[in-house]
Amino acid sequence: MSIKYKTLSELKELLEKKDISSFELVEETFKNISSSKTNSFITLNEEVALTKAKEFDQGECEGDLAGLPIAQKDLFCTKNLRTTCGSRILENFIPPYNATVVENLSKAGSICVGKTNMDEFAMGSSNETSYFGAVKNPWDLERVPGGSSGGSAAAVAEGLVCAATGTDTGGSIRQPAALCGITGIKPTYGRASRWGMIAFASSLDQAGAFARNAEDCALLLNHICSHDEKDSTSLSNDKENYLENINNDLKGKKIGIVKEFDISNLSKEVQDSFEQSKKIFESLGANFVEVSMPNIKLSVPTYYVVAPAECSSNLSRFDGVKYGYRAENVNDLEDLYIKSRSEGFGDEVKRRILIGTYVLSAGFYDAYYKKAQQSRRMIKNDFVKAFSEVDVIMSPSSPSSAFKIGSKTEDPIEMYLEDLFTISSNLAGVPAMSIPHGFSKNLPIGLQLIGNYLEESEILNFAHQYQKNTDWHIRNPDFGDNS
Amino acid sequence: MSWETVIGLEVHAQLSTSTKLFSSASTKFGSEPNTQVDLVDLGLPGVLPVVNKDAFKKAITFGLAINADINQESTFDRKNYFYPDLPKGYQITQMTQPIVEGGSIEINVDGNIKTINITRAHLEEDAGKSIHDAYPDKSVIDLNRAGTPLLEIVSEPEISSAKEAVSYMKALHQLVTFLDVCDGDMSQGSLRCDANVSIRKVGDSELGTRTEIKNINSFKFIEKAINFEIKRQIKVLENGDKVIQETRLYDSLKDETRPMRSKEFANDYRYFPDPDLLPVIISDDEMDEIKDSFPELPNEKSKRYISELKIDENEAQIVSSSRELSIFFELAVDSESDPKLAANLLVGEIGSLLNKDNIKINESNLSSDNFNTLLKRISDGTISKKIAKTVLADIWDSGKDADEIIKNQGLVQIQDESIIQDVAQKILEANPDQVAAFKGGKDKLFGFFVGQVMKETQGKANPKSVNDILKKLLS
Repeated sequence: MSIKYKTLSELKELLEKKDISSFELVEETFKNISSSKTNSFITLNEEVALTKAKEFDQGECEGDLAGLPIAQKDLFCTKNLRTTCGSRILENFIPPYNATVVENLSKAGSICVGKTNMDEFAMGSSNETSYFGAVKNPWDLERVPGGSSGGSAAAVAEGLVCAATGTDTGGSIRQPAALCGITGIKPTYGRASRWGMIAFASSLDQAGAFARNAEDCALLLNHICSHDEKDSTSLSNDKENYLENINNDLKGKKIGIVKEFDISNLSKEVQDSFEQSKKIFESLGANFVEVSMPNIKLSVPTYYVVAPAECSSNLSRFDGVKYGYRAENVNDLEDLYIKSRSEGFGDEVKRRILIGTYVLSAGFYDAYYKKAQQSRRMIKNDFVKAFSEVDVIMSPSSPSSAFKIGSKTEDPIEMYLEDLFTISSNLAGVPAMSIPHGFSKNLPIGLQLIGNYLEESEILNFAHQYQKNTDWHIRNPDFGDNS
Repeated sequence: MSWETVIGLEVHAQLSTSTKLFSSASTKFGSEPNTQVDLVDLGLPGVLPVVNKDAFKKAITFGLAINADINQESTFDRKNYFYPDLPKGYQITQMTQPIVEGGSIEINVDGNIKTINITRAHLEEDAGKSIHDAYPDKSVIDLNRAGTPLLEIVSEPEISSAKEAVSYMKALHQLVTFLDVCDGDMSQGSLRCDANVSIRKVGDSELGTRTEIKNINSFKFIEKAINFEIKRQIKVLENGDKVIQETRLYDSLKDETRPMRSKEFANDYRYFPDPDLLPVIISDDEMDEIKDSFPELPNEKSKRYISELKIDENEAQIVSSSRELSIFFELAVDSESDPKLAANLLVGEIGSLLNKDNIKINESNLSSDNFNTLLKRISDGTISKKIAKTVLADIWDSGKDADEIIKNQGLVQIQDESIIQDVAQKILEANPDQVAAFKGGKDKLFGFFVGQVMKETQGKANPKSVNDILKKLLS
């Protein structure tokens, strides 16, 4: 039996009915990974995964996700399993502890088959900045899968795994989900613990999930999200069952369309898909309301001050002294720092460290960092105001479908604009997701649903109802003609 | 030309919490290198800080003691710089909204009281230690100290001499130890200071260029380092040169300050709010709790000793001046032991023993329980105050129980008046000349007779009985 493209819920059912054993499932997974050409994994966890699968088959482990193989983005620390964050500087780093998200998913019984490729330190929108090579989009191997969680998105899209974790700092789950034609969700900032997530920009980073549909995402969030005393920014709200409201009626619900998100200059297919999706939601009883968010245009510049500032400080610990890459033949301490970091980090990471160092430096702090904090508050207020009028906000997930590998690497600004629609929800901290809703020249495009604070259930409800009435999410790269 | 000195001190007090400021590792001093570190202290990828509220309690207690404003909402910032003993590449500190602002401390310089205003006191984490002399060809790092909570207490530049600086440090030392916010052990670096020193012509209103002397860790060195620096700056200015604003280190072996390498301090720290930590809010209830458990300070203690326990002013001040001594005193005194006698022995006999051994009372062999027993034996007449000193000396060496020493060495006071009468009789008979002289008006000889009786009884005779009996026999 082929397990490729099966959803999490389908595989769960097969396991429960004993139509397949966990061992077979995991074995098959590794077989598929070994024949894959997408380069979506950096490190495999074969021996441990097969052992765990056997344990499950012998009835030794239980849980909501028991026996199911999943992939972890290589940004989550995994005990005794190499965690590189896509960087040379952590090429040989083996963490002595598990990230809370990893721990939670493991407690639910899932089996981690490996660590997925990603943009170095999650800095990128194409997965081309990975030290371990670019990931290829399974829909077209010459194209990028998006980033930074490109490995996770590609692995799910290719059917290697039914689910994978991701992290989203400015769109790193939603944009690759869109470009790979799968479903991805980033919960409210603080819902999932950041303990054990290698920090890029602490005030924006949030863990989330990739799966083949919204229902599976809900099931994953039930385990990914938790209050964690080890993370001071973790929210203390009670645990929610994200599956509970997934079948609610959308009648009378209000969907906001952001006036300032101009989609008129996007490709015809992107515009057409958007109009089509509006019609589907209308047919489900939802109404559309235009909301004005005048400060949302500040999102990209604000983000590119806040995120690099935090990253410049967060990445200071990679100094060649305690762990990670250390340059050889150094003259003195300063030389050790300079050479280890120069050789250990890639260009994009260096670019952002430089920007961050600059915006925080004496004399520039007020003009950049402080200003960015102010505009961030204004953007947040725009969301608060908008959500007083609507239940969810809808927009394209990214400006276009997957682009050719190498086509934007020389133009960082062009690359940064990939996250035009996604960045604002990170700045505000609200939950958001991307679902497949069409194709542009045989390449998937995504629809973004943004929810109010802690309203993951609401956007999952919208997404699930949409997917019950469309089939974009069940298409896969082997479909042949996708248009 | 005459110069005046302007000094401001930045004192780092290690807070005596059991765990670190942002991790659950122990803060104990002197353990094997790198055994008191957890994932957070190592600055591993992915770890996050969680605030130790106990450190806040201690910082607030200090703030209340100096009548400062307490910011019930305070924040943490990152101070970014590279150093091997700083695992994260930044120190978490309170730059913009410190927990304590304002307040003042009174110092006593040769009997004159002066008030030094405090700018702020903020929480921050200590760094680890770089060790450069353990191996011939490499430097090594001990991270045991990394993350230990520090309260940095910043004074206004209102200190005008090395002597005042020492008084200020001593006042701070007394305060933080009494409040139990810091163990005050300067040799272990629990309390250390950076001194900002500048000089200007008497009458000038503008401050001169200052230098900062880093990490001074004894009262003696504070005085020496500052005095050296003042002299050096005067010399520089009188030669027509300019004082360079720089960071200097005090070398106690050479008794001089010298500049640190410029690389070690030429940093732009790029402070910004730590995104891993939310503002720390101290509720009114928490504030009340801290106020309710506020310890009694030396002045109040001294006043209480005088009024309630009828202790001499001088002795009361000495006993209340140190936390250890006052705790010891209060534990030793009860309804059956005389507080006046206790204070008297603590200041006198025990004080000299402590000075001689250069230790604190809690480091001696004398426990408060044992001292209590000793006091009771004096009060109930078992031994005389003189014998008590013999017993004390024994305890000091052996740590044995007072009663055991009294019993084993037969030191019980002779109360039987017939025995004393016999001895006195013998003494008078053996010294007919002195008896005659006494009767002839040489009153001072009475002391000689007392001394002889005491000598004969090995000091065990009840002194009051000896007096009475001798008076009767000589009349």
